[in-house]
Amino acid sequence: MRYLPLTEPDRAHMLAVIGAPSLDALFADVPDSARLDRPVDLPYVKGEAEVERILSRLAAKNTAAGAGPFFCGAGAYRHHVPATVDHLIQRSEFLTSYTPYQPEITQGTLQTVFEFQTQVAALTGMDTANASMYDGSTAAAEAVLMAHRVTRRAKAVLSPGLHPHYAETIRTLAHSAGVDVVRLPLGIDNEAEVLNHLGPDVACIVLQTPNLFGTATDLTAVAEAAHAAGALVIVVTTEAISYGLLKPPGAMGADIVAAEGQSIGNGLNFGGPYVGLFAVRDKLVRQMPGRVCGETLDADGRRGFVLTLSTREQHIRREKATSNICTNSGLCALAFTIHMSLLGEVGLRRLALLNHQAALKLRSALEVIGGIEVLTPRFFNEIAIRLPVPAAPLVDALALKGILAGVPVSRLDPGAGMDNVLLLAATETTQEDDIAALVSGLQEALA
Amino acid sequence: MSLVNVGRPTRPEIETTPAAVVPASLTGAHGLLQDEALIFELGGWEKTGVDLPEPEINGSDLGDLYRTDPISLPGLSEPETVRHYVRLSQKNHAIDLALYPLGSCTMKHNPRLNEKLARLPGFADLHPLQPASTTKGAVELMAGLAHWLTTLTGMAAVALSPKAGAHGELCGILAIRAAHEARGDARRRVLTPTSAHGTNPATAAQAGYDVEEIAQTADGRVDLADLTSKLGPDVAAVMVTNPNTCGLFENDVIEIARLTHEAGAYFYCDGANFNAIVGRVRPGDLGVDAMHINLHKTFSTPHGGGGPGAGPVVLSEALAPFAPLPWIVAGPDGPELLEQATSEASDALGRLCVFHGQMGMFVRAYAYMLSHGADGLRQASTDAVLNANYIKARLQDVMSPAFKGLCMHEALFDDRWLEGTGVTTLDFAKAMIDEGFHPMTMYFPLVVHGAMLIEPTETESKAELDRFVEALRALAAAAKAGDVHRFKGAPFHAPLRRLDETLAARKPKLKWTGG
Repeated sequence: MRYLPLTEPDRAHMLAVIGAPSLDALFADVPDSARLDRPVDLPYVKGEAEVERILSRLAAKNTAAGAGPFFCGAGAYRHHVPATVDHLIQRSEFLTSYTPYQPEITQGTLQTVFEFQTQVAALTGMDTANASMYDGSTAAAEAVLMAHRVTRRAKAVLSPGLHPHYAETIRTLAHSAGVDVVRLPLGIDNEAEVLNHLGPDVACIVLQTPNLFGTATDLTAVAEAAHAAGALVIVVTTEAISYGLLKPPGAMGADIVAAEGQSIGNGLNFGGPYVGLFAVRDKLVRQMPGRVCGETLDADGRRGFVLTLSTREQHIRREKATSNICTNSGLCALAFTIHMSLLGEVGLRRLALLNHQAALKLRSALEVIGGIEVLTPRFFNEIAIRLPVPAAPLVDALALKGILAGVPVSRLDPGAGMDNVLLLAATETTQEDDIAALVSGLQEALA
Repeated sequence: MSLVNVGRPTRPEIETTPAAVVPASLTGAHGLLQDEALIFELGGWEKTGVDLPEPEINGSDLGDLYRTDPISLPGLSEPETVRHYVRLSQKNHAIDLALYPLGSCTMKHNPRLNEKLARLPGFADLHPLQPASTTKGAVELMAGLAHWLTTLTGMAAVALSPKAGAHGELCGILAIRAAHEARGDARRRVLTPTSAHGTNPATAAQAGYDVEEIAQTADGRVDLADLTSKLGPDVAAVMVTNPNTCGLFENDVIEIARLTHEAGAYFYCDGANFNAIVGRVRPGDLGVDAMHINLHKTFSTPHGGGGPGAGPVVLSEALAPFAPLPWIVAGPDGPELLEQATSEASDALGRLCVFHGQMGMFVRAYAYMLSHGADGLRQASTDAVLNANYIKARLQDVMSPAFKGLCMHEALFDDRWLEGTGVTTLDFAKAMIDEGFHPMTMYFPLVVHGAMLIEPTETESKAELDRFVEALRALAAAAKAGDVHRFKGAPFHAPLRRLDETLAARKPKLKWTGG
């Protein structure tokens, strides 16, 4: 087997040094009844070419997003990632390094994490960010648990625009922690609805902008009202490029931002790995989950970086830790940081405008189709439309023609009574002929 | 181009330069390692490394939502970006450079074939919510991975969506909680040994349980008498790592499972150390009800400087109905994803994350498994155990093994052998850096004083093991010979000297603020 360097003479020599009669003897502690005396019933070793053939065949059964007109969003977005990003994250020293527990020999990782934290804080308009979470949805769930710890209140109110699978992730994690989760029925433009559910027992409200339907909302007034009631304000964003164009959560009163960072530096990957962004107000830093990198000095007085505030974390505090998270999304965060460094503010703002522009064109093209109603009043790069027919079968039919027309709301929340509502995202990768193909596909299907 | 030596001296003119008079560099560089500033000190506020078309709009349609304030993000041109991050990369140690003996972390070779395959557009450029007809190959791969994982573990089902080991633990404990709740049996406590990974008690607490520790015997295993005395009708689960964090197989594991089940509790196995037994022991045969598998350890997906990982959880028949969504189910023409709690999945515990899990890691792990095959995986775990025992055998006369006899895939030493030298485990670890090796896991498990936990993995050659052993033997000799400065000041030759972690925590500076 090509990954195993030991030879038979090596093994024999090593057994002699150990003083063990056989390789099997090394497993003497395993109870006899549980010891397998032969390989399990699975295929045997394969060469590189054969493995490549098998997996390439599986890959070929899928329709890559880039293969045709593509409008899926709803929490994951297709953007162009510069070739430089993927090249750099495949450097051995980044790719095959562990968590930077030995700072003297992991300054590369640590300095990029420090850059990442600074970039995330700037993008979200918050004071401080951590070194990443698994993805936006688990970041949101951790944010709710954190609000529960900070406020010692046990209720979370989730807005009508929150992604249903984010809501479900929050509910799953909060349930066992004893947090009562109130999820409001899906709504396109009523994030403020949460205010009708405030009370002395509410730890936090969870808002999303742009929300599931693409609606962008100025949350300032909602946040003020929530604060007046003693609740923390958690703002979720699933499209991080929107920070390049829209007023950030930090400027609207957010206490915690839980966002999906996939759009910057990371591909679609059928849902993962992605990178959760987690940013807070300074006063909340010590209740934050996850790793944090901080600046310090070495023995010679030179600047360096270390993982810090680890007394919040599981390996020190065990059952009293702020979270059980250990491994995070290091390499995805690095991809984010490199892409962000290539973009700079100038590039990010321009990229964000191009996304918005593509969505404006998409809207214009869709709203003239008979029977289609555009539902999203203000948006960044994603809109919801109401079709005269159920969206799911229509999307399936268009897929057969090579058009990936978007995400039916019924796929995310079948009980929402929104069977005819379709979510469509446009990005800088969306070309005018993609939109034209979608329009004619829809017209044909609806004719 | 090679160096032309003719007429040039190729030996240093000064034979030996005393360390004390080595001049510091004038620029802060360290040989070829540059003193690299932060992006915020290098980049331009007007600079960008991407060429994008001029937008036709200016965002004025967004009114008050438009972001007017500066974001304060510098940019760099492409060559500057490449140089910045390549320079930083050179300040990292990596498994591609040398043996990386972090116990419990399984730092093994990361095959590049897996990187290539994960980047096929049919996997990498696939949206999680595309119509099912366009993602059949992806779901087939997930089903294939699931088949390998359940076969290797002898378990009924697997939940693929957890995103890392700790997330998998949470998934398993939540499934256990859901199973108890389904019977109306509210239980309060989770038992876990003192030697457990910190994630175990943290997970149990996050799932709303009180955590109680189980004592350990003198030979480094779960104390059955203590376990029995703590089991009771309010115990929801017993969480045990096997092989445990002392690098030992829990030889009473079947009895532990039996006692646990007898008390009406479930047996959770932390699978972080599965690499020792793949193809030799199936956890299902030991009575395990749930176990997470770190694909980034056992099945070699790269650690990436701290992630991403993947933590699928295998489940017994009893817990399978409570697996989180999505499920992989058999459809009329191949496997399908079940994303909603239909009648078939009415007991599903909910959802661990927004989509289907770490597909990028699934591709890599599947390629790794197919490459090895059943025979190769069995040989891999065997070699991992052989390598650890070889290191233990070759170091036991100069360092003190924490436990006598054979170990599994990691060799645990304590610090008795450093007594009287003035050198601590930390000092010893930092001195290893100067000899070209990443330190082993230190001060863990907590049950062993000054613990040094060495896990070489199966992808080390005998030559590399010998190099490592010789380095540690030389250091051990130096420590015992009173060469304390070598340890107290270490590392001397790393990109940076020892860092002040107390300062970092006392005045946290967690982002660049200028100046």
